[in-house]
Amino acid sequence: MTRARPALPVVLLSLLALVGCAGREPAPATAPTSAAAGAQRIVSLSPASTETLFAIGAGAQVVAVDDQSTYPPNAPKTALSGLTPSAEAIAAYKPDLVVASADTGGLVGALGKLGIKAMVLPSANTLDEAYGQMSALGKETGHAPDADRLVGSIKTELAALAAATPKPATPLSYYHELSQDFYSVNSHTFVGQVYGLFGLVNVADSAPSSSGYPQLSAEALVKADPRLIFLADTKCCKQDAAAVAARPGWAAISAVKNGNVVALDDDVASRWGPRLLDFAKAVAAAVTKAAPGGR
Amino acid sequence: MAAAVLALCVVLVAAICVGAADLGWDRVLGELWAQVSGTTSPLDQREADILWQLRVPRVVLAGLVGAALAVAGAAYQGVFRNPLADPYLLGAAAGAGLGATVAVVLAPAARTWIIGPIPLAAFVGALAGVGLTWVLGRSASGAGTAILLLSGVAVAAFLTAVQTFVQQLDTNTIKQVYTWMLGGLNTSGWQDVLITLPYLVPSVIVLCLCARLLDVLALGDDEALSLGVRPGRVRLAVLGAASLATAAAVSVSGLIGFVGIVVPHLVRLLGGASYRVIVPLSLIGGGIFLVVADEIGRTVIAPAELPLGVITAFTGAPFFVLVLRRNRGKLR
Repeated sequence: MTRARPALPVVLLSLLALVGCAGREPAPATAPTSAAAGAQRIVSLSPASTETLFAIGAGAQVVAVDDQSTYPPNAPKTALSGLTPSAEAIAAYKPDLVVASADTGGLVGALGKLGIKAMVLPSANTLDEAYGQMSALGKETGHAPDADRLVGSIKTELAALAAATPKPATPLSYYHELSQDFYSVNSHTFVGQVYGLFGLVNVADSAPSSSGYPQLSAEALVKADPRLIFLADTKCCKQDAAAVAARPGWAAISAVKNGNVVALDDDVASRWGPRLLDFAKAVAAAVTKAAPGGR
Repeated sequence: MAAAVLALCVVLVAAICVGAADLGWDRVLGELWAQVSGTTSPLDQREADILWQLRVPRVVLAGLVGAALAVAGAAYQGVFRNPLADPYLLGAAAGAGLGATVAVVLAPAARTWIIGPIPLAAFVGALAGVGLTWVLGRSASGAGTAILLLSGVAVAAFLTAVQTFVQQLDTNTIKQVYTWMLGGLNTSGWQDVLITLPYLVPSVIVLCLCARLLDVLALGDDEALSLGVRPGRVRLAVLGAASLATAAAVSVSGLIGFVGIVVPHLVRLLGGASYRVIVPLSLIGGGIFLVVADEIGRTVIAPAELPLGVITAFTGAPFFVLVLRRNRGKLR
């Protein structure tokens, strides 16, 4: 057994030498994806993009979505991770287009080596960016007219919602909660812009923040006394009106006293996809209820 | 010692007077005076709530957590005779992290009994981590410090790996666990103070009583034995108390680094090498340090917060290097 050992490296080296000599079947020639035809096998690693793809009628072309793409229910959810994407695992689905929200770990380059086109659609900072991404997905999948129709209808409905919602003489102040330790959004974010449509005043705007996502001090929050509290940490962190009321010092906040603590769906309130309308409707309903004389 | 207590009192009052909500320091003092004398307070009900339900408990908790971490650090450094020992050395941090993660995955509701599931699980996890290290690292002579340290490294690595695995299974946990791990006192109230006190008080008493024995241990095990001190038992008592204090602190504040390793050394450099001095002064010094750091964190960019862990390192590190360079000869 021991005498056979010196032979081992030789065998290994010969094997290595053979690698690359193997003949291969030529790869099936995939037609270059033209805008008209669009991508036929799409992998989406971005929950917001998954929702958009299905909303513009490209759902049938989607072969796999990541583990966070919880909507729509019929999306082909897999164990693929958008946070720590594996080019190899993605390639197994033989996609001709991969949509991701970030170029994590050199994903785009790795997919490029495999001849797979990747689109990076990062978190939208504004409503216009969200619309732009919808249009881009439309172009890439051969559903440009559908995407334009979707954008048009969202814009129209948002305008109608804003017009139909009461605007009190004194603007209502609000606090949007991302996590239990009071991370919030200011008006410069996409989420903040949705609130802005209804003329609300954000208590986080006075907090300096380069990211748009400041962590507020509990003291300052109680002092600011928001008239509305929106919870976007109901699913992740199981927060609700009762949990908020039980926080030290929070029982005295107007929103808590008057029953204007709104439990949002974390996903709906953070994705820049077609369901931003649902988010806006939840805000409109809360504003209507909280406005003087509203019910 | 008297100077240290006086400094702590001054820092506490100053921290109560200034915060993210501008109540006016003179009006806060008026409120304090009104509480003592029964006169009318200048603060309205909301402002009084902010002061008594948010600011005061947070300042008190910062003092308690800082004191616990610093005194635990001093104890660990004494037991291991190693200036780099810190309260998280024996797997307390990794155990707490795993406990918190498991709680997030399994917690059926936001609240159980009087405290949330995360602090409770973190506390149990921290103790379990240290316990596991102790069981694995025990040697025939009670506990050799080298094997204990190495066990701590292995246990911490293993528990961290398990935590990462659990997080991968359920990505919904990441936000919550990360929030807790970062550490901070932004959400604290009297409840947190009340749940940590029963663990902190006995731990601190034990550590203060054992301070003299740590001096004996510093002479070496054989010397200690000849003086009638049993090193194994002293180590068990001190590590037990220090770990209990660490677990209590971690459970309410997350992982705040730097305090447990730097404060005892500052005390050593400024106040001498006897543990009879180092232990009580670390207790007070740790309280002062964290109250000041938290005060900076909650006021500098108010109404936003700066993370406490950032402040402790940002303010502590340069100060520590300065003292270190001035007293190079004192550390061997």
